[in-house]
Amino acid sequence: MKEELKKRVIKGPDGFEFEVDPLQDYYCEAPPTVQPAAYQKIVEKIFNWARSESIWILGFGTGCGAIEMRPLMTPRFDAYRFGVQWRPTPRQANLFIISGYLSTKTLKRAIRSYEQMQNPKYVIGLGSCTINGGMYWDSYNTIKRLDDYLPVDLYIAGCMPRPEALLAGFEEMKKIIRAGKAEGGNLYAENFDWYKANQKKVIHDWDMPEHSW
Amino acid sequence: MQTLYTKLKQLFKLGELTEQRQDLAFITVAQEQLRPLLLHLRDREGFTHLVLLTAVDWMEEGQFQLTYLLNDRAGARDIGLRVMLPRDSATMDSIHDIWPTAATYQRELREMFGIGFPDSPGVNDEFILEGWNDIPPYRRDFDTLKYSEENYSHRPDRETTDPAQHMKQQLYPDEG
Amino acid sequence: MGYQPDRSQYPQQREDGSLDIDLTSGKYLKLWQGPQHPGITGNMSVELTVCGDEVVEGKTHVGYLHRGFEKLMERRSFIQCFPIVCRICVPEPDFNEYCYAAAVEELAGIQSPERADWIRTLILEMGRINSYLMYLGGQAGSLGQGVIGQWTTYVRDLMLDRFEELTGARIYHMFILPGGVRGDLPDGFNKRMEETLCEIENVLKDVYETMFCNAVFKKRTVGLGYIDPELIEPYGVTGPTARAAGVAKDVRKDQPYLVYPELEFEPVVGTDSDVYARADVRRRDLLMSVDLVRQILSKMPNDGKLMTKLPNVLHWKIPRGETYIRGECSRGEYGYYLVTDGSGFPRRVNVRGPSYTHAVALLERLIVNINISDVAGLMVSLHTYPPEIER
Repeated sequence: MKEELKKRVIKGPDGFEFEVDPLQDYYCEAPPTVQPAAYQKIVEKIFNWARSESIWILGFGTGCGAIEMRPLMTPRFDAYRFGVQWRPTPRQANLFIISGYLSTKTLKRAIRSYEQMQNPKYVIGLGSCTINGGMYWDSYNTIKRLDDYLPVDLYIAGCMPRPEALLAGFEEMKKIIRAGKAEGGNLYAENFDWYKANQKKVIHDWDMPEHSW
Repeated sequence: MQTLYTKLKQLFKLGELTEQRQDLAFITVAQEQLRPLLLHLRDREGFTHLVLLTAVDWMEEGQFQLTYLLNDRAGARDIGLRVMLPRDSATMDSIHDIWPTAATYQRELREMFGIGFPDSPGVNDEFILEGWNDIPPYRRDFDTLKYSEENYSHRPDRETTDPAQHMKQQLYPDEG
Repeated sequence: MGYQPDRSQYPQQREDGSLDIDLTSGKYLKLWQGPQHPGITGNMSVELTVCGDEVVEGKTHVGYLHRGFEKLMERRSFIQCFPIVCRICVPEPDFNEYCYAAAVEELAGIQSPERADWIRTLILEMGRINSYLMYLGGQAGSLGQGVIGQWTTYVRDLMLDRFEELTGARIYHMFILPGGVRGDLPDGFNKRMEETLCEIENVLKDVYETMFCNAVFKKRTVGLGYIDPELIEPYGVTGPTARAAGVAKDVRKDQPYLVYPELEFEPVVGTDSDVYARADVRRRDLLMSVDLVRQILSKMPNDGKLMTKLPNVLHWKIPRGETYIRGECSRGEYGYYLVTDGSGFPRRVNVRGPSYTHAVALLERLIVNINISDVAGLMVSLHTYPPEIER
C-alpha cells in the first residue's frame, strides 16, 4: 500500500486537525454494477443512437498510436464532423482508445482511467500489439492480449493504423453501439473478479485501491 | 588519437587502445584510474560532454563492461573509456559530481543490470520498471521470451514461422 | 555554477540534499501531471510538489513506454533488428534507422553507395521538418493557442504524403536499410516536394505572426525556463536547446556525417535561452531544413546504385567490435552504441536519446520556482519524446 493511501491525521493551515482515510474518503468500496437497458425498447434505441453520435474519446495516448490522433483532430481528417472529440478527463469520456502496446506500468494507469469513466463506456484496441503482442510478442514488459484486462469492443489492426482506418473503426463502433452490442461496461461489471484476477497476475505490486471510481 | 593515448599513458596506467574511426577510440581503464582520468580529460583535454554511460554484459567472461563515452566538440573527437567489473558483486564509484546527468544513467544501470553505484543520488528509486520481481532484465542470463510466456497469456491462434526458414524461402529460394 | 533558482522562501534542505517537505503540514501539496493529462508530452509524468501555485520540487517519472528494445534486439539477427529500431522514437523514426544502419555498416565494413547517402540525408531532413512542425503546434497548444497546431498538423500531413509516396508509410518508414536505402525517388517527386515546401513556408509566415508576435505568448514565454550556458556541458544538453543558449552545438557541423559537408548551412543560434528563444531557434532551424531539402534535391547525383550487396543476411555474422554513431535530430544528439561479439546477433545496442538528459536531470532542475500553469510550456520547450528515454 502506498504512503498516500494510508490513514493519517492532517493539520490544516488553520490549525484544525482532522483524520483522513483516503480509501474510505476518496474511493467507492462497492464493485461496479450492471446498468440495465431502458424498460422500453424504443427508448433504449434512442439512447443508443444518441450515444453512437457523440463518441468522446479519452485523451490518453498510451502508446505510439497517439501520434495519429493529432492528424485526426485537424482539417485533413477532421473526426469532429462524425461527432468524435477528445476530452481531457475520464469523467467526460465514453470511449477509451488503447493506442498501442501497454506496458505493465501503463496498464495500471489505464485500468484506473477506465474505471473512472462513466457507463456506458467502450474500448478500442489500436494496433497489432493490443491484439497479440505484435512486434513485442517476446517482450518482458508489455501485455499481449488486451481483452484479458479490459473489455474490448473493437480492434483496429495495423502497425501503425492509418487515420482512415481509425475513421472506419469509428464508423464500425457506431454500428455496434446502435445495435446495442457495445456492452463493455456491463461485461466488466459482470466478470469483475475475473478481470481483477487477470490484472493482478501481471501487476505484481498492486498498491492501489480495488475499485477506483 | 594515438598522440593523445601516448600523452595519457605517461600520466595514467592504461590498457589497450582500439581505434575504431579517426575520431573515435576506446581505451580500457582500471577501475581506480577512471575518476582522475575523467577529470583530466574534462579539464585538460576538452572532453566536456558525457555522451553516454552504459554497460555491456560479457557473461561468458564473467565481466561487466562499463562504457563512458566522452566528446570533445572543439576537437571533433570522441573517446570511450572501458571499465571492466567482475560480474558478481559489481559496484562502481559514482561520477554524478562530475556530470550531474550521470545520476540518471547510473539509476538505469542499477535497475537494468544490477550494478551498484553507492552515493549516487536516488540510485535505488525505481526508474523504468515497476514492481519488478526477477533478475535485472538487461543481464544476459535473463530470458525475455521465457518470462513473457510465463507471465502473460498469449492469444492461442497466433501463427509463428521460423524466421530463418521463412526468410530463406523468401530471399534465397535456390540455395539448398 | 552560475544561475541558481531563488529558493529562499522554499523548504530547507536536509543533509542528504532532499527537501524537508512535510506533506501533513497542509502547506504543500503533491500534484501529478501525467500520464493521463493533456499538458504532458506523451506518456510520462511529473510529480510536482507545490506550495500555493508555485512548484517547489518536480520529479520526472518515465517507463510507461518501456518495451525493452535493447533486450529484444539481443535475440534478433542484424536484419531482424532493422524493422523494430524505428519504433523507438515515434515522431522522428528515421534517425534510429540511420544510426543503426551506419553502425552495422561500420562494424561489418560495408560502404553505402553515394546516392543512397543523399537520399538518407533527404529523409532525415524531411523527418526533422515533421518533428519541428509537431513541436510548434505543441508549444503553442501548451500555452493555449490551439489553432497553431491545426495549421502545422495540416502541413505536416502534406509532408507525410511525400513520405508516403517515397517509402509507402506515413509514420514508420523502414526505408534506411543497412547497406543503402530501399528505393528511389518517384517520378515528379521534386515538383511535388517544392509545392509542399512552399506551403510550409507560407504557413510558417502565419505562425510567426500569430505565435511569435503574440503579446500573450511573449509575456508567458520570455524568461521562462532559463538555462544557464554553464549548465549545457554538465547536463549534457544538446541540439536546439543548447543552441538557444548561444552554444553552437550542431553535429551536422561539428562532426559532419552523410553528405552534410557538401551542403551550405550555418547552425542556428539564439541568445536568450528561455522558452521563447528555443521556440524561435526551432522555427529558424525548420526554415533551414526547408532550404537544405531544396539543396539536396538540386545537388543530388541523378543516378547511381541504391544498395550495396549484403552478405546472406540469414547467416550474417559481424566480427567483435564496438562503435558509436551520432546524428543531429530535431531534439539534439541521437546516437547508437553498438557492440558485436562475432555472432549473428548484436551483443548490446544502446540508444542515446537527447530527451534522456533533457527530461530527467535538466527538467527537474528547471521546474523549481515556476507556476503550475507554466509546467506544460516548459516541458514542451525541451522537446521531449518519452519513448526514447526508456526505449
